[in-house]
Amino acid sequence: MNIVVCIKQVPETTSVKISKDTNTLMREGVKSIINPFDMYAIEEGLRIKERFGGRISAVSMGPPQAEEALREAVSYGVDDAFLLSDRAFAGADTLATSRTLAKGIKKIGSFDLIICGKQAIDGDTAQVGPGIAEKLDIPFVAFVRKIREIGNHSIKVERMMDDGYDVMEITLPSLITVVKEINEPRMPSLRGKMKAKSIDIPTWGLADLEIGEDKVGLKGSATQVIKVFTPKRGGRREMLEGSVETQVGLLINRLNDLKVV
Amino acid sequence: MDYFLTENQMMIKELARQIADQRIMPVRAELDEKEEFPWEIIKVLADSDLMGLCYPEEYGGLGGGTFENCLAVEEISRACIGVSVCYAGSGLGAYPILLFGSEEQKKRYIPDVAGGRKLAAFGLTEANAGSDASGIQTTAVLDGNEYIINGTKQWITGGGEAEIYTVIVMTDKTRGSRGASALIVEKGTPGFSFGKKEKKMGIRASATTELIFSNCRVPKENLIGREGMGFVVAMRVLDRTRPGIGAQAIGLCQGALDEAVNYARERRQFGKPIISFQAVQHILADMATQTEAARALVYSACRFIDSGAKDISKVSAMAKVFSSDVAMKVTVDAVQVLGGYGYMRDYPVEKMMRDAKILQIYEGTNQIQRNVIGQELIKEYAGKKEKK
Amino acid sequence: MVKVDIELCTGCGVCEEACPFGAIKIQDDVASIDERCNLCGACVDVCSFEAISTQGLRKTGGEGNDHKGIWVFAEQRNGKIASVVLELLGEGRKLADKLGVDLSAVFFGDSVEMQTNELISYGADKVYVADAPILRDFNDEIYSKVLVDLINEYKPEIVLSGATAVGRSFIPEVSARLETGLTADCTALDIDTERRILLQTRPAFGGNIMATIICPDERPQMATVRHKVMKKAIYDTNRKGEVIKKNINGYGVNLRTKVLEVVEEIGETVNIAEADVIVSGGRGLQEPKNFKLIEELAKILGGAVGASRGAVDAGWIPYSHQVGQTGKTVCPKLYIACGISGAVQHLVGMQSSDVIVAINIDKDAPIFDVATFGIAGDVFEVVPALIKRFNEIRG
Repeated sequence: MNIVVCIKQVPETTSVKISKDTNTLMREGVKSIINPFDMYAIEEGLRIKERFGGRISAVSMGPPQAEEALREAVSYGVDDAFLLSDRAFAGADTLATSRTLAKGIKKIGSFDLIICGKQAIDGDTAQVGPGIAEKLDIPFVAFVRKIREIGNHSIKVERMMDDGYDVMEITLPSLITVVKEINEPRMPSLRGKMKAKSIDIPTWGLADLEIGEDKVGLKGSATQVIKVFTPKRGGRREMLEGSVETQVGLLINRLNDLKVV
Repeated sequence: MDYFLTENQMMIKELARQIADQRIMPVRAELDEKEEFPWEIIKVLADSDLMGLCYPEEYGGLGGGTFENCLAVEEISRACIGVSVCYAGSGLGAYPILLFGSEEQKKRYIPDVAGGRKLAAFGLTEANAGSDASGIQTTAVLDGNEYIINGTKQWITGGGEAEIYTVIVMTDKTRGSRGASALIVEKGTPGFSFGKKEKKMGIRASATTELIFSNCRVPKENLIGREGMGFVVAMRVLDRTRPGIGAQAIGLCQGALDEAVNYARERRQFGKPIISFQAVQHILADMATQTEAARALVYSACRFIDSGAKDISKVSAMAKVFSSDVAMKVTVDAVQVLGGYGYMRDYPVEKMMRDAKILQIYEGTNQIQRNVIGQELIKEYAGKKEKK
Repeated sequence: MVKVDIELCTGCGVCEEACPFGAIKIQDDVASIDERCNLCGACVDVCSFEAISTQGLRKTGGEGNDHKGIWVFAEQRNGKIASVVLELLGEGRKLADKLGVDLSAVFFGDSVEMQTNELISYGADKVYVADAPILRDFNDEIYSKVLVDLINEYKPEIVLSGATAVGRSFIPEVSARLETGLTADCTALDIDTERRILLQTRPAFGGNIMATIICPDERPQMATVRHKVMKKAIYDTNRKGEVIKKNINGYGVNLRTKVLEVVEEIGETVNIAEADVIVSGGRGLQEPKNFKLIEELAKILGGAVGASRGAVDAGWIPYSHQVGQTGKTVCPKLYIACGISGAVQHLVGMQSSDVIVAINIDKDAPIFDVATFGIAGDVFEVVPALIKRFNEIRG
């Protein structure tokens, strides 16, 4: 089976903090990592390859340093990797990103299954997976928590719903986005790390993908961020004094005022 | 301090660290509590190619040396030396074959060990023969095409879990210390069984058992080298593996130091974090200095061994004795810094202190190490005197 | 791109700190902005020298003019209308009134025509309904086809959907097919009445910052909204509305997607990340049996039970309840931390909660640094007292 895994390099958001003084993100020393959900996508792809043979390729759209993430993917066992990078791609919303990745995947070659992580932990939209499926005109299932069966022409999967799961069958080629419940990602291997060090990762830009400038990046985006602000914090830090009865009474009043109870 | 590792060495260190952080740290307390052999972690180490780190490429390994092994063992030990002894102990069992075995023996046994599919173990110690290894009483009598082994080995790391055992046995009592030989015995061989698993103070994830031989027959092809080479094999192998104990020690020290410093930064008494008190700082400073000194010595010893040097006994013994003594002190200090919390089993340092003790005992007690160093000094300076 | 006027720029670096995307660097005493810029304008706001300006690179004069009306996708599961739909209708009504347009619901299902009245009573002026057996279970392929055709036919200017498993699954496909913008998980919606566009606000960077987004040119403007964010619509059975039926003959042909089974799992596994209220317990509870207090308080408030890593490691409560760096990240409306000291690893998992209440005997415990309200006291006195008062109020 030929598998393509889409990955994204993201900042490790759990260590991103808001500076108390300037009320902005403190990005110093924040590590860049492979989006955690994409790790599950890579692992699932590797497991399918181990069972059925074939190739697994990783692709990512990002700035030049996203190449590190692709190399890391190779260290887990991915066969080859491709970086879609161009100044023109910058500022893309999920629509422009989906178009770009779809073109990139087409350029890699024929595929049976595309696997994406459910969402990226910086954007949290979960839109790119379905967007890519749309641009490639292939069926997809989102939030897959288990692949039940893989046949020659279709796959059966379990889609996680809010109150249980649905069992879906879709024809190949297709795309799935996966959730953490699907597997446990492996550690990299030394041989993988050595391969990752030396492997050639092609970088494709606007011209390579044969895509119009108006379809990618900021220009190709339908949405636009017009404001960024820090959310109202709980940190009013009011210590409630008095006897236990008083404290409890004060607390309940405050909570009622804020309409949280 | 930067030890100027090569890119490959950095890779090994980072990978071992990742595995230590993500797979070993979360379960170390449970493994210690339940005295469970960490098979799942061994599998992760195998899948990540670390089990094969120091075996030649022709047998499926990665061709790394003592230093590479040390880097991996150090990072794993930072999380738990019970787990790292399961990892490194296999090397101890395989080294006799690797260093002295025939091509056939190497081809037969090493690939499985390098691939992490089987573990090896080394059997020398007996109830009456610890430091005085020459007092071993397990015998192997040649009968036609087979050796018949009788006797009991004690406190063997990996006992019951490993598949491949290299055992030192007496083949000719009349020749004294030249009458011992090294034999390979596989688990499941009739006449070969295991005693109960010992209940230990520390490294409780590791399995320590007796090896019981009762008319156990092995083909004569399982002899490593020639008859009579037994103790030479043992001593040479231990020279090579002692830095591994050093690596365990420095990893353990680092883990203990990390816990102590992190705790001291957060624990507040008298209105301040306790790390702001000089008394605490001095303890931590000594811990850190000793750890670094041990590390520098262990790394140097490894590099010296990897350079192909012949006379490695002294350096190897020094690395082991110094770092294990340091580890005992550093872990005791770590408990002290954590105070009451340090004594509680909910916190990791009491385990580290319990674990540390064995480093001063196994693979040659620290008293024996000092003997070795003493003997080497005598030889060395005798040589110098003659040169003049 | 955003432009820096190097004459006015003093290289003070305030913009560099303010940029959430790390796109600004001070080089040779002037600010230089690279391709990571997302045109959010945060730097423009903070520059005291007005040296930064945005240049509209966006294409203008879109097709927006003939699109009118606000649509709400009325999700149903097993024949029951999802509660988020009622909240969307509530919010949709406000937005529709601001724009002076109709509010409609789009309803797919099997034998659901009877329920269209519900949607009208909750505020829909129109209901577009597609009723057929093939629509009973959520099949994103056919749902997308039908919704896209409806949108192309009737041209709404705004389409809202719940950010549920259903919504987050097929709405992105719809927006991509329509080549329009979609903003996921909005926590606030508003109308810029001057430009007649939808202002969509949502969290980003794991909840560390909020972003306001618009879709200036393409239509419809699409957004999904989280459950329990908006207020439920007013129910009025006197309301009248129009029902427009959509014929879906032929839509079920050649589908590449099939729903084989729908399985409900009434499980114990509370996903605390979804809860509005979380009451959490830590080592300060001293013994596992004291978690009963936490459970009771959570129950009264209709919330979930959380725990610090210390409590989970001690075996007092399963890992699925753990909040923190190695557990779950939560941002409920109300987080009550009982007997939790507030180690950094825990704070990271809950500090973006709307309101944080901390109860701890140690008044210097770090948890109080992030708490909205703090009670320095004995959990074993305060929590029972809270339970008692809530019980009294609830009657």
